[in-house]
Amino acid sequence: MELDARYRFENYVVGSANRLAVSAARAVAQAPGAAFNPLFIYSGSGLGKTHLLLAIGHLGRQLQPDLKVAYSTVDELVDELNASVASSAVDALRERYQNVNVLLLDDVQFLAGRRETQSEILRLFNGLQRSGRQVVLTSDRPPAEIADLDERLITRFSGGLVVDVGAPDYETRAAIARVKSDERGAQFDTGVLDEVARIPFGNVRELQGALNRLIACQTLGERAVTALNVRELLGERLEVAEAPVATAVASNGRTRRGGEFSNFLSDLSAVVAQQIEPWRIRLLEVMSRWREQGFLTAAIERALEASEEPDVEATVRQYESAVARLQSLGREAEALDPSLASSDLFRDPERVGEAELAVARLLGAAEPPPGPSPDFVRADFEVGPSNQLAVHAADTVIEEPGKKYNPLVVYGPSGVGKTHLLNALGNELIALRGGATTVACVSARHFTEELIAALRDGTIERWRARYRVVDVLIIDDVHECAGTERTQEELFHIFNALYASGRQIVLSMRCAPKLIEGLEDRLRSRFEGGLVVEMQAPDHVLRERLYARSLSAADVRHDRALIDYLASRAVASVAEIMATVQRLVQAADVVGIPLTANFARKELEGRVAAPAMAHNGNGHPADPLFLDEEKVIWDWPDVSGRAIEEFR
Amino acid sequence: MRAHRVPQPEQPVPLVNYATREITCKIVYYGPGRSGKTTNLHYIYGQVPNERKGTMVSLATQTDRTLFFDFLPLDLGSISGFNTRFQLYTVPGQVYYHSTRKLVLQGADGVVFVADSQVRQLDENIESMQDLHSNLAEHGMDVRTVPLVLQYNKQDLPPDLVLGTAALDHALNFRGVPAFAAGALHGTGVFETLRGISELVLRRLSTAGSPATPSTAHAGSR
Repeated sequence: MELDARYRFENYVVGSANRLAVSAARAVAQAPGAAFNPLFIYSGSGLGKTHLLLAIGHLGRQLQPDLKVAYSTVDELVDELNASVASSAVDALRERYQNVNVLLLDDVQFLAGRRETQSEILRLFNGLQRSGRQVVLTSDRPPAEIADLDERLITRFSGGLVVDVGAPDYETRAAIARVKSDERGAQFDTGVLDEVARIPFGNVRELQGALNRLIACQTLGERAVTALNVRELLGERLEVAEAPVATAVASNGRTRRGGEFSNFLSDLSAVVAQQIEPWRIRLLEVMSRWREQGFLTAAIERALEASEEPDVEATVRQYESAVARLQSLGREAEALDPSLASSDLFRDPERVGEAELAVARLLGAAEPPPGPSPDFVRADFEVGPSNQLAVHAADTVIEEPGKKYNPLVVYGPSGVGKTHLLNALGNELIALRGGATTVACVSARHFTEELIAALRDGTIERWRARYRVVDVLIIDDVHECAGTERTQEELFHIFNALYASGRQIVLSMRCAPKLIEGLEDRLRSRFEGGLVVEMQAPDHVLRERLYARSLSAADVRHDRALIDYLASRAVASVAEIMATVQRLVQAADVVGIPLTANFARKELEGRVAAPAMAHNGNGHPADPLFLDEEKVIWDWPDVSGRAIEEFR
Repeated sequence: MRAHRVPQPEQPVPLVNYATREITCKIVYYGPGRSGKTTNLHYIYGQVPNERKGTMVSLATQTDRTLFFDFLPLDLGSISGFNTRFQLYTVPGQVYYHSTRKLVLQGADGVVFVADSQVRQLDENIESMQDLHSNLAEHGMDVRTVPLVLQYNKQDLPPDLVLGTAALDHALNFRGVPAFAAGALHGTGVFETLRGISELVLRRLSTAGSPATPSTAHAGSR
């Protein structure tokens, strides 16, 4: 790619308004990729951005002849991109740009609204940055002000150095006028160029246009150009350049009023620019930009108060990322409640935490997380020695949520009533405060599925927010999320947020936390920091109660013998008891006889070789001859029940 | 147009405030009576585009002599990101307004001494210069460091009536500060003088110390 040879550092006039930009550009040309990467130069039109950009390319090549430099405007790039898409040569295009050492991209403000090009540029940008290639960009405005520019591009564009080029002051204009007239080989009377420079042109192109006109006048020989008639010859242009200040035209026409004043102003600007440290200006620019948009800037103000130069870019990055967070929170809040759009909460980057919480509350109210199932009632929950500790802990939590046992972890095999207990606990908490308590009650599997859906829909923030505002978080079967990375990560953060604000967490799992493989240590240690209680398989007492309840619920008349018999059989879970009762009730129904202990025994053990022997503990099959109902002791108290008795 | 309240002269204003991004320069035109201080301000006022003009406050006697002081606020707009305001004051030249002069001088960031170039006014120039020195000293301002420029006004009068700049330099400019020949009535040298004092004042920005306490910038000069 050929660079226009006219644009070099040698003929770029340096003044106070562009000194920083030129120094940065030179540093970049001398050591591409090492100094400021990317370098982002912005200024109004006609102030020399393109000149500077090409000068970097020339100097770079001059110093390293084999340096690969690519110059393109965004518009050209878009055309190239379109052409390559049409000819299916996108990869070739990408490769071409990925191989350059220095990419000079002009007029990036035209990326506004071009999503496809933006994503291509982002990809290109990432590739170049990874391999330490230099990128230099120009625009007519700073990155954050380019409309519809991808956030990622804004941060990348601002990640190196962002400099602006201001309008030239008098001296600079004078120097430019001389350089330009020399380039054209024009000779003017003394004072002519200085008089031209006194006209406060807002940009170099206007100045150049004025010079061209004077050169034309002189070459045509219509009139000699002198210092006295310069302004007259440039009449029209003067109007344009001085329009903003030339409001007070002297009645006698002696001098154009405003000229003196604007010269004074531009001189003053040069002095001020020289005197004020660049880092303060950088901070002030950031400050004024965000102030204009209504954000508080206390952090920047503090940085400005420092007598020594702070880490300006880090300060700015930190501040702007907080602002970006606020903006996205503000948008979210506005979508939920338009009256919040103007809330001060979304204007103070020092209160991001509060804003996050406010949005989370809104989201929690708008889409509450799943609550406990109303089918599970605490009053229905039967207590026995095998679960009384867990129940006692749950009751304590109901009385004082978040105070005593936090988190409460209940573990035990499947079917012992963990889910019932947890849901019942949630329902009690809701009922106690008349529904004012928000309780999230969810299984770990469902939790993970929600997370996956949120990741897919890009609503992860919302999802997270819903859980962060609950008063009580109940997660069932936490072992299901063992081995997952993201779920545990999210759970960890939610756990911390809730725990820190004293909100109750109740968890259930299959076995003790320390035995769950694939559970992250940071979670394990947090789980163990509360109360970990076991729920065992139903003991004898519990079995009695559960059988009695189930039979009553099935509307079956039952006697003591039946309950005693049934309760004497060890079961692994409450579910098993329910299944047994159902089976017996159905069997009795089929033959049409009442459900008795004998019937139950036949039904349950008929096909078993010697079920009674299973209870006597010697393990040998019994001789069927001895199976006399009258003589055999069927109901040995079970071993676990006895052990507890003795233990007491 | 921005409405300006005439600030009390005794309130010192910080030169640069980084937090509010303001530069406020107070420049006092000092000199003997009828040397052309108010004329300077009037000329400047006439050159300022309307949208930047504050209201020039002139407290004058019926015979157009400055009774108290003139105050010309200039809103220079944003300079390098700073809202820059200049406050130009004149003092009444007549000897008997000593206390007013002293009051106006307080908190000045720079002083323009407007001398009357007429031969017959030489003594009054010298007297006024001495008066300036003593007033500055009374405010605790170091005469050697306070930004000061001289303006030799009325140089447009016939040469036999006025002293040349060299002679005036010899008589008044013993510190070798920048001096400008002027004919304030027609505007000659007025902006040069203003530019001269502004540059001197603004050069102190970088040595202004901590911007958190901008007033300390003047600690040595007040």
